[in-house]
Amino acid sequence: MEKQEYTITLYTENAIGMIGRISGIFSRRKINIESLNTSPSEVEGIHRFTILIHESEEVVRKLCRQIEKQVEVLKAYYNTNEELIWQEQALYKVPTEIIAEKAPVERLLREYGASAVVIRNDYTVFETAGHREEIDRLTSELGKYKLIEFVRGARIAIIKDSAGFHSKLKQFERETPSPEIVENEYLDQQDDVFTM
Amino acid sequence: MSTLEKTEATPQTETATTTQISGSQAVLEALIHEGADTIFGYPGGAIMPIYDALYDYNDRLNHILVRHEQGGIHAAQGYARTSGRVGVAFATSGPGATNLVTGLADAMIDSNPIVCITGQVFAALLGTDAFQETDVINITTPVTKWNYQVTDATEIPSVLAKAFYIARTGRPGPVLIDITKNAQIQLFDYEGYEKCDYVRSYRPAPIVRHEYVEQAAQVINQAKKPFVLFGQGIILGKAEQEFKHFIEKGGFPAATTVMGLSALETDHPQHVGMLGMHGNYAPNVMTNECDVLIAVGMRFDDRVTGRLDKYAKQAKVIHLDIDPAEIDKNVKATVPVWGDCKETLPLLTSLVEKRDHSAWLQQFRELEKEEVKAVIHDELNPTGEVMTMGEVIKTLNELTGGDAVIVTDVGQHQMVACRYAKFNSSKSNVTSGGLGTMGFGLPAAIGAWYGAPERDVIVVVGDGGIQMTIQELGTIMQFGAKVKILVLNNQFLGMVRQWQQLFNDKRYSFVNITSPDFVAVAKGYHIDGNSISERENLYSALKTMLEHDGSYLLEVMVGKENNVFPMVPQGASVSEIRLK
Repeated sequence: MEKQEYTITLYTENAIGMIGRISGIFSRRKINIESLNTSPSEVEGIHRFTILIHESEEVVRKLCRQIEKQVEVLKAYYNTNEELIWQEQALYKVPTEIIAEKAPVERLLREYGASAVVIRNDYTVFETAGHREEIDRLTSELGKYKLIEFVRGARIAIIKDSAGFHSKLKQFERETPSPEIVENEYLDQQDDVFTM
Repeated sequence: MSTLEKTEATPQTETATTTQISGSQAVLEALIHEGADTIFGYPGGAIMPIYDALYDYNDRLNHILVRHEQGGIHAAQGYARTSGRVGVAFATSGPGATNLVTGLADAMIDSNPIVCITGQVFAALLGTDAFQETDVINITTPVTKWNYQVTDATEIPSVLAKAFYIARTGRPGPVLIDITKNAQIQLFDYEGYEKCDYVRSYRPAPIVRHEYVEQAAQVINQAKKPFVLFGQGIILGKAEQEFKHFIEKGGFPAATTVMGLSALETDHPQHVGMLGMHGNYAPNVMTNECDVLIAVGMRFDDRVTGRLDKYAKQAKVIHLDIDPAEIDKNVKATVPVWGDCKETLPLLTSLVEKRDHSAWLQQFRELEKEEVKAVIHDELNPTGEVMTMGEVIKTLNELTGGDAVIVTDVGQHQMVACRYAKFNSSKSNVTSGGLGTMGFGLPAAIGAWYGAPERDVIVVVGDGGIQMTIQELGTIMQFGAKVKILVLNNQFLGMVRQWQQLFNDKRYSFVNITSPDFVAVAKGYHIDGNSISERENLYSALKTMLEHDGSYLLEVMVGKENNVFPMVPQGASVSEIRLK
């Protein structure tokens, strides 16, 4: 199966050691995590992980099942880029004199929608957010003009079709979930898989 | 995070009066409430407060002082396997805790319900490289179902309730609770113990989906050549009766994995043997002949499947398992039947049509005849001078009638015991299946005896394996577990030697192992014993061992270079199984 970018979204309890617990599931299989972000979610007390990996769908599905087995993990989703709105943030530190002297730099920053966060005599810090390719392109352009420092943040993503976790969380509440609740997305597709 | 918030348990009958107790007392109270009457443990600096509290609980808790923490956890595993209850092991911090790791990994892969309590240095010293400090939580994360570090005594009742709940429910597994010394000492207002029956983020078993049970029944009812594979899930789910009804109604031939042994009695007319690398000929070959493969509570281990791309490709696969991660992991399921087999099997049985597949079953019996002719007959009735492992097990069967608990270590003797031992009832086979832990046998047998003290417990062990944990003879000596130790001595690390013979041109590299005088060693521990090398003494020697009141060690000298056959060579398909 073809490898491609998958974004894994996890909803977990906010427990100590969760990053290690989850990253171990990847490292055990010698899979590199391209980026990992943890943040609060739309539900109070529930944490959200966003993990980017480059793998085949079969592997990603197995990984998600293994991750869901972790006691503190409530739910794991995986999505392709088409199914997501996603952003990565970047910060650039550039010598202020270069921006003042070289018009192309300023044009470049404007073109990429970068905005200044800090302006000092010696350097200026710009911030931008976007897709990986755009950021990579800006980085390589700025590299020509004495880029002092660069950092890119982990991917964060919103699932286009998701209704959020508030309703999903109800399945995990103490009352027995109703039988029509879907256990796993895979089971929904069983009708396609199952042939007599 | 606060675990207390998430462990909302239903109130049990417990007085609401508040008393001050220490964290250590709370640990022991938890064990009593969970019915964990036997502890296998070893004290040390960081767990001393718990051992001090134990001094006053001696009448309610039976603590067995093992000789090594690895022995402690293997004993807890043996206890869990024969009793069906949660096994408990205590160890101190640092080396005590790291010595548990092999047992945790073994319990994890073989789904044993275990709760380990480890002492830890004072919370204030965490991360300072304090004496006997190790990062036990991080070390054990991949080999536990759940682990948690307690630094405050008030957490202990709810954390232990959660630990037992997680260990025994769903697909069972080992849980480790690391308790810092300050928390063990700390006094707090104890409001009684409440058992846990719910953790928000943990769902023990997936909800049974009736449409998939129906689809599975549909597929099964159309099958001409259905074949059932069963694993330990039957035993863990306590679904032996449900399983028997299922195969009897459908008339299915059924084969076991190593871990599933004894879930169905060996003599059942539809039991067609054991799967896997050293399993029986018929079930391996027929895996690639059947049209519907029904896997119940088993996980398609590579030792069972051989080469995956040539495994049962012709068959529709119905997979019943409680663990969603097992579905499609190795073998793609045509219909996955998720859930506890105690629940799913009766549903499926009610939809399956009563059938008689005797002609199909007969095909298994025909292949079995070939195996008997090529392998089994000579293994069980050898004409050569030296004894075979097979004839020892056969003679043991004659004496026990199949009622004993058979514990094994790992290697040739394990495969021979699993192939030939007769089992009449469930929870009679204790072996290290997934991890293949040499040294498992002797300590596991000790625990197995405490789990079922009314039964005969016999550990079949090789001359290599027993030397890995032979110190546990000391535990037997001190506490009197009536374990019968049957050492099958071929003076080699037999299984590795067999592979070197077959695949490395007989270049025997470090498989020649010398042994002490095992009978003398046992005698040193005040355990009676005997060593035999003549066939004529076999029956009486085994009889003496079994009739001896107390532990006994019998060493049987067997053929040095005997091989276990049939064999599916690594990387070969199950249908390419070799009879010699």
